[in-house]
Amino acid sequence: MKPSEKPGSVGAGLKQRGVTRREFLEFCTAVTAMLALPPSMAKVMAEAISGARRQSVIWLSFQECTGCTESITRSHSPTLENLIFDLISLDYHHTLQAASGEAAERARASAMKDNEGRYLLIVDGSIPMGNPSYSTIAGISNYDMLVETAKGAAAIVAVGTCATYGGLPKADPNPTGAVSVSDIVKDKPIINVPGCPPIPVVMTGVLAHFLTFGSIPELDDLGRPKSFYGETIHDRCYRRPFYDQGKFAESFDDEAARQGWCLFKLGCKGPVTYNACATAKWNDGTSFPIQSGHGCIGCSEPNFWGAGPLYKALSMPVSANTAMLGGAVAAGAAAGVVITWHNRSNKSAAKMAHDKVTVQELTREEK
Amino acid sequence: MNEPMPRRVIVDPVTRIEGHLRIEAETDDSGRITRASSAGTMVRGIELILSGRDPREAWAFAQRICGVCTLVHGIASVRAVENALNIEVPGNAQLIRNLMIGAQYIHDHVMHFYHLHALDWVDVVSALKADPKATSALAQSISGYARSSPGYFSDMQKKLKGFVEAGQLGIFANGYWGHPAYKLPPEANLMAVAHYLDALAWQRDVVKLHAVFGGKNPHPMFLVGGVPCAISIDPHHPGHGKGPHFHGGNSGTAVNVVGLQTVQNAITQMREFADQVYVPDTLAIAGFYKDWFKQGEGVGSFLTFGEFPAKGMSDPSSYMIPSGVILDRDLSKIHPIDMNAESEIQEFVSHAWYEYSVGKEHGLHPYKGETKLDYTGPKPPYRQLDVDKDYSWMKSPRWKGRPVEVGPLARVLMMHANGHEQTRELVGMTLKKLDLPVQALYSTMGRTAARTLETKIIADQMQGWYDQLVANIRAGDVQTFNETKWEPSTWPSHAQGVGVTEAPRGALSHWIVIDDQKISNYQAIVPSTWNAGPRDAAGNQGPYEAALQGHQLHDVQQPIEILRTIHSFDPCIACAVHLTDPDGKELIQVKVL
Repeated sequence: MKPSEKPGSVGAGLKQRGVTRREFLEFCTAVTAMLALPPSMAKVMAEAISGARRQSVIWLSFQECTGCTESITRSHSPTLENLIFDLISLDYHHTLQAASGEAAERARASAMKDNEGRYLLIVDGSIPMGNPSYSTIAGISNYDMLVETAKGAAAIVAVGTCATYGGLPKADPNPTGAVSVSDIVKDKPIINVPGCPPIPVVMTGVLAHFLTFGSIPELDDLGRPKSFYGETIHDRCYRRPFYDQGKFAESFDDEAARQGWCLFKLGCKGPVTYNACATAKWNDGTSFPIQSGHGCIGCSEPNFWGAGPLYKALSMPVSANTAMLGGAVAAGAAAGVVITWHNRSNKSAAKMAHDKVTVQELTREEK
Repeated sequence: MNEPMPRRVIVDPVTRIEGHLRIEAETDDSGRITRASSAGTMVRGIELILSGRDPREAWAFAQRICGVCTLVHGIASVRAVENALNIEVPGNAQLIRNLMIGAQYIHDHVMHFYHLHALDWVDVVSALKADPKATSALAQSISGYARSSPGYFSDMQKKLKGFVEAGQLGIFANGYWGHPAYKLPPEANLMAVAHYLDALAWQRDVVKLHAVFGGKNPHPMFLVGGVPCAISIDPHHPGHGKGPHFHGGNSGTAVNVVGLQTVQNAITQMREFADQVYVPDTLAIAGFYKDWFKQGEGVGSFLTFGEFPAKGMSDPSSYMIPSGVILDRDLSKIHPIDMNAESEIQEFVSHAWYEYSVGKEHGLHPYKGETKLDYTGPKPPYRQLDVDKDYSWMKSPRWKGRPVEVGPLARVLMMHANGHEQTRELVGMTLKKLDLPVQALYSTMGRTAARTLETKIIADQMQGWYDQLVANIRAGDVQTFNETKWEPSTWPSHAQGVGVTEAPRGALSHWIVIDDQKISNYQAIVPSTWNAGPRDAAGNQGPYEAALQGHQLHDVQQPIEILRTIHSFDPCIACAVHLTDPDGKELIQVKVL
């Protein structure tokens, strides 16, 4: 019997739910592309995921605002329904779970016991060390609950800037003594997925990687997956050619702003922010802050709330130096974006510079 | 059961809410709640870092108070600064804000109903017993919603069956399935489960409205003096290849023709879902739970700050939802609110983990508010709180010394009292259809139904705001930002102001004091503090506590009755944040519950 035909496996479950193998493979292909993996990995992933019981996931929420949970509900591929009904077993999650109180805590205990050493722990929110009473769940301090739950976890995903770096609660003067997950847990693999909140596809992509390979993706020195946090927003911004040409909006509603010129002088933190907003974009590729006229506030960077005034330009040279340009931007610049967008003859450049860039395209381009 | 009946029923964590809430309910031997205590168990500290900052960026910090009602603190914050500095917002910016606030209500209310509240009324496991054909007939009898064929429900049931039989119940694990309090027939349960999933798909599409104007959701972008999204449509553009290149305004920003179409699509989807799914489902489900129209009232008095200005925030008479207070169910009189009167809005800390220099028995107006963390509860891990002493990180706001309820029921009653025609029609239709007296509104299910009716009322308004925005652009008005007071050098050395909004969960206010171009004081009173706060010095319960009193628990081990009433308020307990500077003097406070 193939692993995917085992009763209780994801594969059997999908079949029972009328999901065809072809549909499932398409889904795996999309996730593989999202993770910038070779297309051949799609089949590996399909086998890996469909053969197993759904991965047990425990999600703990500490000093947080629920923005990270809201964000993951906005994921278009895979959708939250795909995730929690087809791929993972979300065994503890305050915002979504049916059970409350003692019944909820029992669900956490069973998931920990039944999946010891194998469950994935997701954490959003910081942990207050100033006084254990600053944040409790079921009478238990956040610190105790984290330590207890981390013990049997295979790996931990810290989602959002609060769990990854302490975030807003940790901002000076850090009144509750807020710390990050990695400040407390030292003996488990931890994936940091920062952002306030993180882009949904980044959260689901990291989960998909873990489900597929049972391991964590390649991380940078801040614990972030390189595939999503490898470049600055500035380097991938569709307005980057204007920066290189020295064309800047001076106010939020001047002609330059309406033309989509660079927001650098209005305080954009894109040049110092490593995230995928300019490429993956938000809400099914609808827009991202810069496209909607506001500079990046740098919400995925450590200590970003103390990083300087939002509306003050960064102190870095404003030049047309293209040495740092990424492929998409170089193509856009080469096409002469001086003239109006729609007059541009180079369609692919226009597409790169302006439309949602899919991860497939990015992968292709980087080869 | 051989164990002795517990005197105290504790629900912690209260799930399917925003944030960290604990309910301790004392019961008599029959399981009737004699006294309930509502405790916020998490405090952060957003406000202190606001002190000394540029008021123009306060919105970004304040917004992180909550990621569910993700724009309301941003809106209240920019309005507070605009109020302090007398900044008028351009008409387009006002329309865009109305669209964003309206979208927030509709999105939030639908998600609350299906994803946070529904499982109090809908038994997922019972749906497995439904007949798909009968489910289809039921669905088609209450609505013209397209996804209603027998095949659709049969597929849905198959999916659910596979999920349950695989033995991993995930988010549905340990629900109170089979509890006798569940009254829906299997077919209604199956229909509701299907709509739970449909609503998940719907919500991620309709928030694109926020992404167009605010760049992303959650946590869209805002701007003091207007909105950041410059409009890149030039209605006078002469066409391709003509005119100076600088005036080609087309697609430089997200607010282009494509973006506007995205907005229009979202509005259409919102209206359709409200009309075809949310309103009919609420009425259908409520029909099986009429006894919940007789309990869970709360305090019977209501407060709103108003929302949706037609002529700017400076003209409250132009608000679609009026501001005011209704006392003791008396809809014939709307009491005006003076935000600055020290005797009107006050906060008490008599049962909260804070100190007051004037003594814990006194209330303080937000402008004179003090906050000093003073945890006196049991050391974690603990089993129960001492609810005769201090038991919450929430303060207790009062209006003229009285507890008041805020939120959808308050707003629907306010519009009703103010003669809003559509509100009166919808309330009348609902009561007639369910064969209920008007008193039924003051209840757990009345609160839930009010949220649904309000969604329809606002969804219907959206098109008008959008049409006006498009008409303005067509007429050549693309202004979105008033920059006359953007530069801090144009500000007086001292200014202070109040920004109000109606968040999905109720009246929200931010107070700001600006000295020498920096924030010197920042305070907020948030909706769930009004509703979920603990008892005050006089022993008056807050709305949550009052609403739970008298509830008869069928099984104290499975207190579904508590969840129903608490969820009907849609708790948002993101934080209860009160801070002091190193000298112990308060700089800023934000209490978010």
